[in-house]
This record gives sequence, structure tokens and C-alpha cells, in this order.
Amino acid sequence: MEKNKIDALNKAFQDKIDNEIKIEPKDYMPDAYRKTLIRQISQHAHSEIVGQLPEANWVTRAPNLRRKAVLLAKIQDEAGHGLYLYSAVETLGADREQTIDDLHEGIAKYSSIFNYPTLTWADMGTVGWLVDGAAIMNQVPLCRCSYGPYARAMVRVCKEESFHQRQGFEVVTQLAKGTPEQKAMAQDSLNRWWWPALMMFGPNDADSTHTAQSMEWKIKRHTNDELRQMFVDATVPQAELIGLTIPDKDLKFNEETGHYDFGEIDWDEFWQVVKGYGPCNEERVAARKKAKEDGLWVREAANAYAEKRAARNKKAS
Amino acid sequence: MNKKEWPLWEVFIRSKQGLSHKHVGSLRAPDAEMAVNNARDVYTRRSEGISIWVVESANVVASDPSEAGPLYEPANSKAYRHPTFYEVPEGIKHM
Ligand SMILES: [Fe+2]
Ligand SMILES: [Fe+2]
Repeated sequence: MEKNKIDALNKAFQDKIDNEIKIEPKDYMPDAYRKTLIRQISQHAHSEIVGQLPEANWVTRAPNLRRKAVLLAKIQDEAGHGLYLYSAVETLGADREQTIDDLHEGIAKYSSIFNYPTLTWADMGTVGWLVDGAAIMNQVPLCRCSYGPYARAMVRVCKEESFHQRQGFEVVTQLAKGTPEQKAMAQDSLNRWWWPALMMFGPNDADSTHTAQSMEWKIKRHTNDELRQMFVDATVPQAELIGLTIPDKDLKFNEETGHYDFGEIDWDEFWQVVKGYGPCNEERVAARKKAKEDGLWVREAANAYAEKRAARNKKAS
Repeated sequence: MNKKEWPLWEVFIRSKQGLSHKHVGSLRAPDAEMAVNNARDVYTRRSEGISIWVVESANVVASDPSEAGPLYEPANSKAYRHPTFYEVPEGIKHM
């Protein structure tokens, strides 16, 4: 295509975005917009799927049947979220199988939070409360993302997420109200997850390379630091209410701004985990690869069954 | 590794009696029956539907968005298809 024609298409594209008109799969979009979305949506899908692993760790050891049923339902939802998102990424022309192989080969990333281990039952509470809580903070604005299929997937996801956070908070609350040992377990869990949860929002705005472009394309509606602040402001009073202490000596309500000031994040740790050196990076990817390999016979059996049924139907007609 | 890739299916759900089926998303499955079963698990975990349609995506014929101008132009110029086009004298009711 000649240059003026592409310029005109790009301008019409940005005008649509500026006017809050959604972009749909067959519409013209610049290559960079498509690539950004493929990267972001597939990473998001991988996060939903890998995110099942730390919770699966506790299914057989849930303290009672109610907790077990709830945990299973939550994990099943996360599988669903992954599937909505893989479908959304396919609408951009990406190959679903390839995006999964990219994860398994270490080319594609997923949320670093899932590279931390779930050491105690209290972590099932804290993960729901903080990790799903932070995910909700990120995902609610994505319901208004400029790309139609992603926005629609996010509407479904957000409807389902709120139970995830509530069930987690219920677990933590009950432990916090329990025996001194139970309360200590809840506090220890909060101590371990608080900072990684804050890291879920990504680097500070000054160091975030993609933010400006993503905001112009209305893929992103708030900066990383804005979302992180919203999360801190929402979560601190919740911790106070159940008598737990946020592990940050610099945390303080600022009367002037009306927000909580909080301490510096350990960005070295953040980048270490992103680069693959977190406590569970290898284990998580290995588990996903194994699941794909172990499931091969099921996929083949399903194909064989479909072929048999097709042949039988053909004969009958 | 998976030598034969499962086809993509578009999923439509009727949320309750009296409403049309509405597109909710897509999924992959080896055949139509398994697509319906998967759609049950993926799209109706909270009783969102009472009826599911699946259509293989390859069978959907779609209009081309870049042709939208000429395709819909004939309707744009026919304002007289809308009731607001007509003048109704003052005092006329129920029309
Ligand atoms: Fe999720
Ligand atoms: Fe969740």
C-alpha cells in the first residue's frame, strides 16, 4: 500500500479510538496495535492458566468441604478466563497453539506473581484477597479497552472475579479472628504477598516503556502508578479492619493528598522474577509443559472419537 | 505436537426463554457435540443459558467492514423509513 493511503487509514483508526468507537477484528488496525494486543492478551491468558497452579497446590488440603468446593470453582473460573482470552487473541490472527508453545519455550511471559510459592493455607486467602484484588483493579478499566473482543472478555472476567476476592478475604478474616497461631499464619502470609502484589501493576510510570502508546490507543486507561495507588488505598483499610498489619514502615495516610504514601518497591526483586529467577519460575513452566504432554492422548482420543462419529453419521444418512 | 488442530466454533447462548441466541465468544473442539459440551463449561458456569448453538467459525460468512460505506448507503438516504420523518398535526393522539 502506498504511504498516503496508510496514513489516511491510521488517521481514521486513531479518530475512531478518540471517539470511543471500538475496533473489531476485521477492521483496519496498525501492525503495532495488533502486535501489542497479541502480546498483552496472550500474556494475560497465560497468567490465568499459570495462576491455577499455586492454588491447585491446596485443593486436596483445604480445611473443609465448603472451602474445597469454593477453591475448585475459583480455579475452574481461571481456566475459563484463560479460554476467553485465547479466543480473543485468535481474533487478531494469532495462532493459539503457537502462543502456548511460546509460553512453554520461555518466549512469552505471564504475571510474575505466580512465581511465588503458596506455603500455607492462609495463602489461599491472601491470594484471593490481594492477587485477585489487584487483578480486578487492572481488569475493570480493560472492560473499556478499545479492542472489542478483549473488552467483552474482560466484562465476563470481571463479573466472575469479585467472588474470588471475597472468598479470599473471608479465609483471611476467619484466620485473623482465630487462635493466635491462625492469626500469625494470616499475618505471615500478608507479609510475604504484600510487596509482590504491589509489583503486579508493573514498573513505575517513569520506567514503563509501553504506557504512553497504550494509553493513546486506549488499551490502557490508567498508568501503573495510578492503579497501584488505587489498590493501596482500597486495601489498607481492609487489613486494618481485620487487625492485620501491612508490612511497610513507610505506609502512612497523607491528609493533604487523601491517599496513602507507601515505601519503595524492591525493583531488583521485581526484575529478577520477571527475568526468570523467581522462586517458582521453572516449576510453573515445567508444570504447564507436562500438562500439555500428558494431555496429548486425550486430545488424540477426542479426534479419533470425532472421526468415528462423523463416519457413522455419514453411513446412517 | 497436536497434529490435527481442533476447529474453532462460535458460541451463541439463549439466556432465557423469549430471547434470541446471542454470540458470547468462541472455543476449540474436535466436533459439534464436544463443542456444545465445552461451551456448557466455558460459557454457562453460572446458569447464563438455557440453550446453546455452536457454528464452525469457518462456515460464518461475514460482510467486509471496509465495504460498509457502499453496503449501508442505500438505507442512510431513506429517512422516510422512520416515523419521525412525518409531520403529525398538533392534537393528534395515539399515532
Ligand atoms: Fe481470572
Ligand atoms: Fe480470579
